[in-house]
Amino acid sequence: MNDITLTDAVFGAPSRRSMLKAGGFIALGFSLLGPEAFAQQQGNANLQGDLKQWPKISSWLRINADQTVTLLVGKVELGQGILTAVSQLCADELDIDIKRLKLISGDTALVPDEGVTAGSFSMPNCGTAVRQVSAEARALLLSLAAKSLGTEAATLKVADGKVTAPDGKSVTYWDLVKGQELEVQASGTAAMKPASERRYIGKPFGRVDIPAKVTGTAIYVHDYRPAGMVHGRVVRPPAARAKLAAIDAAAVESMPGVIKVVRDGSFLGVVARREEQALAAASKLSQVVKWDVETGGPTSETIYDWLLATPSKDTVIKDQKRSGGPAPAATVEQTYKRPYQMHGTIGPSTAVATYDAAGSLLIQTHSQSVFETGTAIAKMLGLEPSKVRCQHMQGSGCYGHNGADDVAADAALLARAVPGTPVRVQWSRRDEHKWEPYGSAMLLKVKADVDADGNILDWTYDLWSTSHGVRPSGQAGNMLAAGYLEKPFERPVPVNGGPPNYAADRNAIALYEFPGQKVTTHFITQMPVRASSTRGLGAYANVFAIESSIDELAARAKADPVEYRLRYLKDQRGRDVLTKAAEAFGWSKWEKKAGHGRGIAFARYKNLAAFTAIAMEVSVDPSDGSIKVLRATIANDSGEIVNPDGIANQLEGGLIQSLSWSLKEAVKFDGEGIRSSDWEAYPILTFEEVPHVDIVHIDRPNAPFLGTGEASQGPTAAALANAIFDACGVRFRDLPFTPDRIKAGLPA
Amino acid sequence: MARLKVNGRVHDVDVPESTTLLYVLRNDIGLNGPKFGCGLDQCGACTVTVGGSAARSCQITLADVGEKEVLTVEGLGTIDKPSKLQQAFIDEQAAQCGYCVPGMIMKAKALLDFDPKPTEAKVRSALNENLCRCGAHNRIVRAVLRASREA
Repeated sequence: MNDITLTDAVFGAPSRRSMLKAGGFIALGFSLLGPEAFAQQQGNANLQGDLKQWPKISSWLRINADQTVTLLVGKVELGQGILTAVSQLCADELDIDIKRLKLISGDTALVPDEGVTAGSFSMPNCGTAVRQVSAEARALLLSLAAKSLGTEAATLKVADGKVTAPDGKSVTYWDLVKGQELEVQASGTAAMKPASERRYIGKPFGRVDIPAKVTGTAIYVHDYRPAGMVHGRVVRPPAARAKLAAIDAAAVESMPGVIKVVRDGSFLGVVARREEQALAAASKLSQVVKWDVETGGPTSETIYDWLLATPSKDTVIKDQKRSGGPAPAATVEQTYKRPYQMHGTIGPSTAVATYDAAGSLLIQTHSQSVFETGTAIAKMLGLEPSKVRCQHMQGSGCYGHNGADDVAADAALLARAVPGTPVRVQWSRRDEHKWEPYGSAMLLKVKADVDADGNILDWTYDLWSTSHGVRPSGQAGNMLAAGYLEKPFERPVPVNGGPPNYAADRNAIALYEFPGQKVTTHFITQMPVRASSTRGLGAYANVFAIESSIDELAARAKADPVEYRLRYLKDQRGRDVLTKAAEAFGWSKWEKKAGHGRGIAFARYKNLAAFTAIAMEVSVDPSDGSIKVLRATIANDSGEIVNPDGIANQLEGGLIQSLSWSLKEAVKFDGEGIRSSDWEAYPILTFEEVPHVDIVHIDRPNAPFLGTGEASQGPTAAALANAIFDACGVRFRDLPFTPDRIKAGLPA
Repeated sequence: MARLKVNGRVHDVDVPESTTLLYVLRNDIGLNGPKFGCGLDQCGACTVTVGGSAARSCQITLADVGEKEVLTVEGLGTIDKPSKLQQAFIDEQAAQCGYCVPGMIMKAKALLDFDPKPTEAKVRSALNENLCRCGAHNRIVRAVLRASREA
């Protein structure tokens, strides 16, 4: 197996100073000032991905004197395999053995700020940049080698960092950079390797982090235990809208191991020497604290009426008028619903924070947005943003904005109360379930005017949703704890993301070429339940609604669902994944059995990223309404493939998570608060419920990387709904498809 | 003061016997394999074996363990020399975030010790109460079956 050193990226990441002192790499003296210092160098149209913002080679790469190479990236590992993919890209384009690579990711003091690791952007923005900067570094090293060897760069050959001239003389990268101080901007002109010369790109290289994960090697922030570390816990109110009315903490302060009870307004926490002491103290605190709780508001049952009744910001995001054609023969209208759903991280969110006497804060975190979270926490504490350093360490799978950032803010607040002492905070299961920001409830309406043959003439789509993005974004008010402080920070009014990626209305525009199409977003800024980015944002529900609806229209037209889609799907890559999925599934030779059904669905994520079609077979048991997903086939085109197994893992994992959402998951709440407070109240898919999944990759050599992380979510939900309809003849439009709901919907 | 045997070594720890095993394994002995997931006996992230049987270390105290040996993933193999079962997880790339995986491995270890050649259905049944959120289920099942085949 590969043994890339991840330890730098995990524990004990070096300081910038120690890296500089280590000596011998390209471009010493790089800037601490960030991208603005290089404004004059920006706008080089040849630069790709995040290299545009960070054009200096040294922002990304160090050729170290010890014959290793350090790759620095702003995107972070979430289990999606990004560190492996960028390692493959770097090793190939730089022409070194992959074992020479050391990775540092997500350390705000060391790496280029690549923003949030989200939106399936890591491969397009970071992967593309790493590939290009590695090729640039190779070209630079070859020009140095040419001088050193007295020949032309074009005549040189490279193998694992050793550059050889036609006369047999050679020099290594490490010799070349010894004592050098080069300040070099990427030119964007270096050639990438042709496919025939690649060792790693396109192959299923083993993930660099898995050996550590299966052996209990420290790799998660949860495992980070600096010397002198103590344990903190926060006591949260019974519901979000609450104020701390009274607390007599004396009984808690005298408990074993308790170092300090920390109160700041309605933010209440405790720091203790041992973890179980912190837990016991927090438990006692929750018994003695009195809260004033504001009740009321919509419930998980009335939320859809609330969405329709609440003032919204309405935006027409597509308005393509039909020119000519017949008058509609019929109009078909349907409404689809998606409840609030959880990220449901298995390992509750955790952070370690240390506040030093000089007023600097160091936070180890599994945040997806280390830079913006650091800034938000700095503002919350009244510190200069430069005083807060965040170091990413891996966490438990998040798929979006879970509690990671909020627990970092909790840890920071508790750490400030005990300067010089690292404070570790891990949320409880109950707090993770109740306080993570959920994926927003949504209501989707489709109105289709059809001709006498059932062909679509005009397609009208309206969606209602609250926010899909209240990530920290450098604003204190987005941190959970900040709203409860003595001097609280107001939560900024959420804004919906616009084109081309969109947010609530992500994938709301159907990629089909209907004669007329009008799409309207009804965005509600109020949040009766805190909601933020969850894998795929609005795409999950929008694709579910669109792809269910088109299936309904195909059935109405007595057309095959694949053939009917192909009438309107003109994009060739879209057509390819749809037909591939059908073919690999055995769509045309599938034989109907009683109680069994097949369904298919398609989407191009964000209408600009990966193409994915999913076919699925289910059985429905009418006696209890239970659904068994028997098998699923995914066909995917994510552009050029760097690691086919990485893509497969993401696609299959996304499908399983989406099946879990779609079959089982809905956050229950009432005027008193969140009721889904553990796995019993909010069950997820288990081993016996997970189907076999087949994957067909369509590789597009030399095409841009499209990203894969969220590609399965929407098509899975729709393929499931369509298969259920095929099995039992009843259309279900409200997620999730629980046995109770199915049984109630089937004819008696 | 309490004494317990973990991964072949005896440890004396300065905590009451009523202390939850998980916190002692992690914070006193410094192991990382057993993970806190729920503290409610619902997810299996903290699974270890105690006296050869799978146990949820968030649910038992040192007194419950007594003299029985506790085994965690660290006791199976190391990053340089993983056990067959761990190697099977590497070969099948059976993880995404991997947080649930040490618990899965220890549950599988208990299964394979008891039933070295389980059917796929038995593997799924044995792991059914261990939760995974990333959707690595099929890879995990393949890893356990591979370890069974290659044992």
